[in-house]
Amino acid sequence: MSARGIGPSRATRWVVAVVLIGLFLVPIVSMIEYTTRDGSGGHSLVNWLALFDPANESKYRPIWVGLGNSLVLALVSVAIVLFLLAPTMVLISLRFPGLRRIFEFLVLLPISIPAIVLVVGLAPIYLVIGRTFGTGIWTLAFAYGITVLPFAYRAIQASIDATDMKTLAEAARTLGAGWPTILGRVLAPNLRPGLLAASLISVAVVLGEFTIASLLNRQNLQTALVVVGKQDPYASVILSLLALAFAFVLLVVIGRAGAARRTSKGRS
Amino acid sequence: MTILAPIESPPGATDAGTDATARSSRRSGHAGVPAAIGLVPFALYLALFLALPTIFAVGSGFASDDGFTLDNVLALGDPVIVSTFANSIGLSALTAVIGAILGALACYAMLGLGEGSRSRGLVEAASGVLAQFGGVMLAFAFIATIGLQGLVTLWLRDTFGIDIFADGAWIYGLPGLVLPYIYFQVPLMIITFLPAMSALKPQWAEANLSLGGTRAGFWLHIGMPVLAPSFLASLLLLFANAFSSYATAAALASQGSQIVPLQIRTALTSETMLGRENLAGALALGMVVVMAITMGLYALVERRAARWRR
Repeated sequence: MSARGIGPSRATRWVVAVVLIGLFLVPIVSMIEYTTRDGSGGHSLVNWLALFDPANESKYRPIWVGLGNSLVLALVSVAIVLFLLAPTMVLISLRFPGLRRIFEFLVLLPISIPAIVLVVGLAPIYLVIGRTFGTGIWTLAFAYGITVLPFAYRAIQASIDATDMKTLAEAARTLGAGWPTILGRVLAPNLRPGLLAASLISVAVVLGEFTIASLLNRQNLQTALVVVGKQDPYASVILSLLALAFAFVLLVVIGRAGAARRTSKGRS
Repeated sequence: MTILAPIESPPGATDAGTDATARSSRRSGHAGVPAAIGLVPFALYLALFLALPTIFAVGSGFASDDGFTLDNVLALGDPVIVSTFANSIGLSALTAVIGAILGALACYAMLGLGEGSRSRGLVEAASGVLAQFGGVMLAFAFIATIGLQGLVTLWLRDTFGIDIFADGAWIYGLPGLVLPYIYFQVPLMIITFLPAMSALKPQWAEANLSLGGTRAGFWLHIGMPVLAPSFLASLLLLFANAFSSYATAAALASQGSQIVPLQIRTALTSETMLGRENLAGALALGMVVVMAITMGLYALVERRAARWRR
């Protein structure tokens, strides 16, 4: 079903594609060129090697600490998505379909509330958390769980919509399964593409988060990039490039998960 | 085991997609109290980390040591703060319009590429990455491109003798945010506008042609009117996106607070504004108002746009 008659001509299509792709490649090419400058006008991989040189360990330590912190945060945020958000969504779809509208409104709300606004209100809350749970980095994941809600919700809801939840749940119950079994062994496998996509996008969002960590004085990957970038911009640009490549791989995997979902839906 | 009470299923409630939403808005029986307990943890979580911070943020705009005050909200009328809001709104509007036009152009160029085609899948994946690529990393990308030692800066200087920073290092000021913002606005436009563009039906074009219409006539009388609400909705989303963005500006503009999020940073961290610690709350309140208006308009326009996507 081609859109003949309204689609652009081949030439137009190519001109637009080449111009736009070209413009969008300029900063990426610039980053690559920038990281390969050797300081004397030539180009080499000296900056890339320096990043992994043990001699520079103390200089780049904030980055590795930040990366470690960000990975912990990603893990806890994914746990919040999988063990708090997902079961609640299943419960809503099975038992409280009337609540779906208001639930959707609530979980999409973080899109409309800028992180910088949230930070203003989170500051006093994290004072209390600091006193009760300590200032461990993982506590920040409570805030990150909120920022990933809209993305995770959409991914999981797509899977819920594509699955005949009630029939599965009723069938499992008829066969004597309890709710933990139904959730973990019947429904979760069916929702796997959505759960996977939600987890991956949560990881991507958490690894890219700067606002909340920075203003609550916590160290994560992004705040470390800024700190190190002040003395050594090369390292920060290199890591930005790597992060971009990593995000692209994540998104391609999410795309694959989505494609798998479509084909499995087609089979049923 | 009490939660194993029979599940009332309204006919067809398990159908995929929007039908389910429409039908399920009808109340479907009474769910038992024990099942409702399952909702409590998530409700508590939302209350503690979404509702409470928002209330604190907005509420602190009205708070002082002696209780309720309007001083901080009145401080929003301060010329400096008014101009900061103007900067923020201007920057967001400018980059939203440019991003929307470029993004719509890209969607137009992709018209006719099949839903599952390889090149379209790639564009969608790349757009997804670049739309998320905001933040600190984007600031570094543009420092490498048009920074004082950036590739494009040096190229323009050495090849054409053009010094783009002849009038000062604008990249670290408000104008320096325009290009980075456009860089994440265009991909976001592609993601949000492509579905609307794909919903244009080839039959409409055929009907137009067989009735003697021209291609230009199709766009003028059918394509653009049908797409206008979707375009406007995406534009509003882009505006909201730029308006709430903080990280790129924070990493790029190390001094000054040219836009509202940076002003909030100053208000939160600065000690010179003693006695004004609730100014951050008032600024947050201002942002929430702008965002609420934008997203409210978005919801209105989107409802109209959805009409053509059935």
